[in-house]
Amino acid sequence: MANRNNSRPIGRELDLEAQRRRAAFLFLAPMIIALFCVAAWPLLRTIYFSFTNTSLTDLYGGEWIGFDNYLRRRELSSGRVVWRGTLADPAWWNAVWNTVRFSVISVFFETVLGLIVALVLNAEFKGRGWVRAAILIPWAIPTIVSAKMWAWMLNDQFGIINDIFIKLGLIERGIAWTASIDTAMTAVLVVDIWKTTPFMALLCLAGLQMIPRDIYEAARIDGVHPVKVFWKITLPLVRPALMVAVIFRMLDALRIFDLIYVLTPNSKATKTMSVISRENLIDFDKFAYGSAQSTLLFAIIAVFVSLYIWLGRVNLSGEGNR
Amino acid sequence: MNRSAADWVRLSAFYALVAIIIVVSIFPFYYAILTSLKSGTAIFRVDYIPVDFSFKNYATVMTGRNFIRSVVNSVLVAGTTVLFALFLAVTASYALSRVRFRGRALLLVTILGVSMFPQIAVLAGLFELVRFLGIYNTPWAMVLSYTIFTLPFTVWVLTTFMRDLPIEIEEAAIIDGATPWVIITKVFMPLLWPALVTTGLLAFIGAWNEFLFALTFTISETQRTVPVAIALLSGASEQEIPWGPIMAASVIVTIPLVVLVLIFQRKIVAGLTAGGVKG
Repeated sequence: MANRNNSRPIGRELDLEAQRRRAAFLFLAPMIIALFCVAAWPLLRTIYFSFTNTSLTDLYGGEWIGFDNYLRRRELSSGRVVWRGTLADPAWWNAVWNTVRFSVISVFFETVLGLIVALVLNAEFKGRGWVRAAILIPWAIPTIVSAKMWAWMLNDQFGIINDIFIKLGLIERGIAWTASIDTAMTAVLVVDIWKTTPFMALLCLAGLQMIPRDIYEAARIDGVHPVKVFWKITLPLVRPALMVAVIFRMLDALRIFDLIYVLTPNSKATKTMSVISRENLIDFDKFAYGSAQSTLLFAIIAVFVSLYIWLGRVNLSGEGNR
Repeated sequence: MNRSAADWVRLSAFYALVAIIIVVSIFPFYYAILTSLKSGTAIFRVDYIPVDFSFKNYATVMTGRNFIRSVVNSVLVAGTTVLFALFLAVTASYALSRVRFRGRALLLVTILGVSMFPQIAVLAGLFELVRFLGIYNTPWAMVLSYTIFTLPFTVWVLTTFMRDLPIEIEEAAIIDGATPWVIITKVFMPLLWPALVTTGLLAFIGAWNEFLFALTFTISETQRTVPVAIALLSGASEQEIPWGPIMAASVIVTIPLVVLVLIFQRKIVAGLTAGGVKG
């Protein structure tokens, strides 16, 4: 850059820079407008709706009611005080608990299993390409389709999973995996882990492949035990990639909707924040109430992301390392 | 135990793990194909290897209940969404990767933030927008709403890709007096093809699989996309779930995806990890 500056008048150079910057804003404008229309504006409207009593059938007829959808104190004629609103709604807190439980457990297993699969794929062996192709299949299958496939496999009377378990002598009678309160969450977790571990594995693999091979070579020559190599070399070096992968997955898990909607419809044991919000928004005609719930979900996720970025010092923009 | 025996144990344990990974990955899809080929009461008998080869379920799916219409809807919606996102993303990524301006890092993080949005948070607002624009229960409602996840993703991946292109090419073009538009269309586009194929494919898969918006913004059966059609496929009565046709429909919509993914394996893996790790 520097020697080019010398060979040409400064004025023209500045001109060029200004022209480039103008063009840049022109190029960015359509994308920013598009994102504003589909993301920022609807989000603001959702938040606004949550402070009104808008109904699905009359979107413009709502009145401002303040925080009533969130929490409202009401005194009955008998003098007893009751609390209403989402924050006093046991169904909402059940959904919060379900979502948190689902997210933490699924992401934990996906990370561990993903790392194992990635370590396998990182080894040199015959047929590695086949394994990679095979693990891409669960990832490629649409969520709704995998939910249906597993619903059939987990069927209480004709499902193959029950058949396998009975033949192995693990259970005596078929279990209603998706319908029973006790097992519905397990069923959802199994399907989600099955579907998403490949994604985690690929992200982990990319991280593993950035580790220089000679480090392993040196460790091998020094006679370091493989387990120690994993904990002292592989894991610390793959940690940055793993951190990003975990946050991506966590955010995805916190907003889960489709799998649960199809696999365990109306089960109290698996109803998550997204599911209960949509139910109120669309199905129960409690549009404003559902808006309040989805606003809360957004707030929870926003707080979580800020905390994670702040605590983990995750460099998401990728500018620093260049 | 001597050394070679220990090696042998280790090797067979490793291959056992490989076998488990492959079987667990493939089995559910294999079982769906197996089930879809059964007819009548054979479906209620558990088989581990295919014994029936009847295409009756496929015929049922293809002839009835607007299934073909749903496939066409899905192709149209996903295709339009991808073209739209790529067009907006190419120009934006050029600006984000090549021009230094204040607030660039913040803008990038904001874009990433949008892709991480809980989609339910915009559902109420989008519902109002869709109603306002008069596109409720049309494919355009999906094209509009899918922009929220396809655009940030394509911008993000293309920006990381363009950052890695050598700066000299662009400098040569600038010296020759090329405008930014010419640089994008004539210099960058030919180099960008691989990245465009990857991001386009991933965005297509994302749009093809989307469920929440498609379920909420359509009401009539003829406007449904494939995931909604499969989720709501019902039998003659409420209690009777038509597993055979559901599996056939599942196989029909999954096979093209699996084939695409296997063909573009390397590109997809590169694209996925560029969006995640490198970013």
